[in-house]
Amino acid sequence: MTVLYLAHTECDNTLAKISLEALGAAKALAEGLGTDLQVGLIGADVAAAADSVAGCGAKFYGVADPMLADGIYAADLAAAEAIAKASGAEIVVAPATSRFSRALPGLAVRLDGRVDTHLSGLEAKDGKPVARRWFYRQRMEGTLTREERPWIMTLDSGCADAFAGAGSADVEAVAVDLASVRTKPAGMECVSEDEQTIRPDAQLLFVAGAGWTKKQADGAVHVDVAEATIKEFLGTTKSSLGSSKSLVDISGEGGAVISFLTHMHQVGQTGSSPRHPKGLATCCHGEEPHVVGWRFIKERRAVNTDAGCGWAQGKCDVLYVADAFEIMKKVNELLG
Amino acid sequence: MSTDFHIVVCGSIVPDPLQTLSPQDSPQGPVLQNEMMLPAVLDPWAGHALYEAANLAKNNPGSQVWLVALGPKAKLQQVMMAVSQKAPFQLVVADGSASGFTDSFETAKVLSETIDGIAGLDKSKMLLFGGWQSASRGSGAVMQMVGEMLGVTEQFQGVDKITVGGDGSIEVLERVEGGAYQKSVVDGAPAVMGWATGELPEPPNNPQVGMQNMQKNMPALQQAKPADLSGTTLKFESVAVPQQRRETRIVKDASIEDMAKEIVEWIKG
Repeated sequence: MTVLYLAHTECDNTLAKISLEALGAAKALAEGLGTDLQVGLIGADVAAAADSVAGCGAKFYGVADPMLADGIYAADLAAAEAIAKASGAEIVVAPATSRFSRALPGLAVRLDGRVDTHLSGLEAKDGKPVARRWFYRQRMEGTLTREERPWIMTLDSGCADAFAGAGSADVEAVAVDLASVRTKPAGMECVSEDEQTIRPDAQLLFVAGAGWTKKQADGAVHVDVAEATIKEFLGTTKSSLGSSKSLVDISGEGGAVISFLTHMHQVGQTGSSPRHPKGLATCCHGEEPHVVGWRFIKERRAVNTDAGCGWAQGKCDVLYVADAFEIMKKVNELLG
Repeated sequence: MSTDFHIVVCGSIVPDPLQTLSPQDSPQGPVLQNEMMLPAVLDPWAGHALYEAANLAKNNPGSQVWLVALGPKAKLQQVMMAVSQKAPFQLVVADGSASGFTDSFETAKVLSETIDGIAGLDKSKMLLFGGWQSASRGSGAVMQMVGEMLGVTEQFQGVDKITVGGDGSIEVLERVEGGAYQKSVVDGAPAVMGWATGELPEPPNNPQVGMQNMQKNMPALQQAKPADLSGTTLKFESVAVPQQRRETRIVKDASIEDMAKEIVEWIKG
C-alpha cells in the first residue's frame, strides 16, 4: 500500500499552509502504515514547490503546464489522474482547498475508487487508515474506514501539523494532454486589500448579526453608523467578517444592509464554519444553526443586550450584556 | 451553440436546520434519532440551484427543468408540496435514504442512473445543477461524480453567477479562498454547476405553479423506483455530537468603557 500526497501550487508556485498540513498528515499516515510516501505536484511550475518539501523523503511526480496555473476542473482532474495512475497508490491524501475540493471527487470515478472529503483527522489504526469528518454541517463527528481502493481523501485546514523540510527534489515529469479542455480561465475577481473583509488567516472573526440593522433605543435604524463602526474595527484589527443568516436574508428582502456584506460572509448551518483563534459575535441571536458557525473558533466572546441570548449561553466564554453600538465605538477609540 | 438548455437539478431533503440532531446506531450504520419524524426541508444549496435553474429556463425559451431527488418518497412528497409552488419543474424520484451518512459514491451512482433514465433528456444540452455543499453529508463530492459518470467533464463548484452569451458560451463565477471569485468561460453545454448561494432570493409561493407541478409530480412520486445504496464497504466506528458546552461568564454590571477595555486587551493578547 502506497500513500500518494497530491497538491497544487499557488500563483507564486509555492505550497499553501493547508497543503503543508495535508503533507504532514500524509507522511504521518504512511509512517503509521509502514509504507512508502509519494508526492504528486500540479501547477504551472512545480520545481520550487517540490524543493520546498523535498525533506519528506518521498518519490516525486509532477505535472507542469501553464494551463494548470488556474484551477480549471477538467485540467486539474486530468493532471491528478495522470499522477495517480503513474503512482499506482492505493491511498491519496490532498488538501481540501477550493481547487481540489472541486476537482478530486471526480478522480474517484476515473480510478474506480472512493472519496471522502473535508476530513478533520487521519490516522493509521491496526494497519488501516481511519478518517474523521463532520456530518450535518459540523454538528456530529464520525470516525470511518473503508476497504475500497484507491481511497481519495481531502483534509480540511487546521487539522494537522504543517510539514517543514526543504531540500532538492528530483521530480519525475508526468505527461498529460489538456487539449480537450473546453473551459478557459478568465481571471480572478478579488476585492482590494483595503476592502477585503474575508480573511481566512485572520486572528479574529468578527460576526455581525441582524441587530445592527434593527431599530435602536431612539426608535430609528442606524445602518450608516453600524457600517462605519464595523468597517473601522475591521480596518484596524484586520479581522475577518462573518454574518448571521438573518442579516444576509435581509439583503434578499431588500432591507437596509451593511454594504460590504455578501452571501460569502455567512457563517453557520447554511454558511461556512471558519477556523480562527478568536471570535467576537455582535448583535447575533440564535440557537442550533449557530453552533456550526462557532464550531472551530477557539476563544469566543459575544456582545448582546440579552443576557439569555441563545447564541452566547454555553457557547461563548464571555458575554457582554450591553449595546454593541456603544461598546464597539469605545473599542474603536481604544484601538485607534 | 443553442441556449435552450436541459437543466437537471439534483437535490434532496435535509432535516430542518432548527432541529436538534443526535445520531444513533442501526443495523445499517448510523442514523439520526427519530429521523422519519423530523421535519424536513429542501436542502438550502439545492434550493439555490433550483431557483437559478428556473430563472435560466425562463430567460432561455425552449429550456426545461427536472429536479432529481434521492430520498424517502413519503418525506419528499411533504416537502414537494411547498417546493412545487416556487418554480416550474418536472420531479424525478429515486426512493431511498437521504441520510447524511450514505456513501457519496453510491448516491452519485443512483443519481446518474436515474438521470440516464429521463425520457427526452438531450445530454448535449444538459446543464447539471446541484448544491455545492449540503446540510447533511456536506461532502461537496456528489455532483462531480454524477457528472463524471454521465461523461460531463466541464465542471464548476461554489458557483454564484453564470452568464450565458449569445453564442451559447457560459461565463461562470466560482468561489475561491479569501472571498474572491475565479472567472471562467466554457464554450457551452454540457456542464456541471455546483451552486453556492447564487444571486436570487427565494421565489414567492405561486399556487398556480404548484398545482401544475403537483399534477406531474404526484405520479412521479408514485412511480419512484427503490434505490440500491448497498454497494459500499464504508463503515463507521463511531458518530457522536461533541460536548462543547462552555461556562459562559456574563458581564452585565460593568461600564461600557470597562467592557471595551477588556475586549481590546483580549484582542491584543
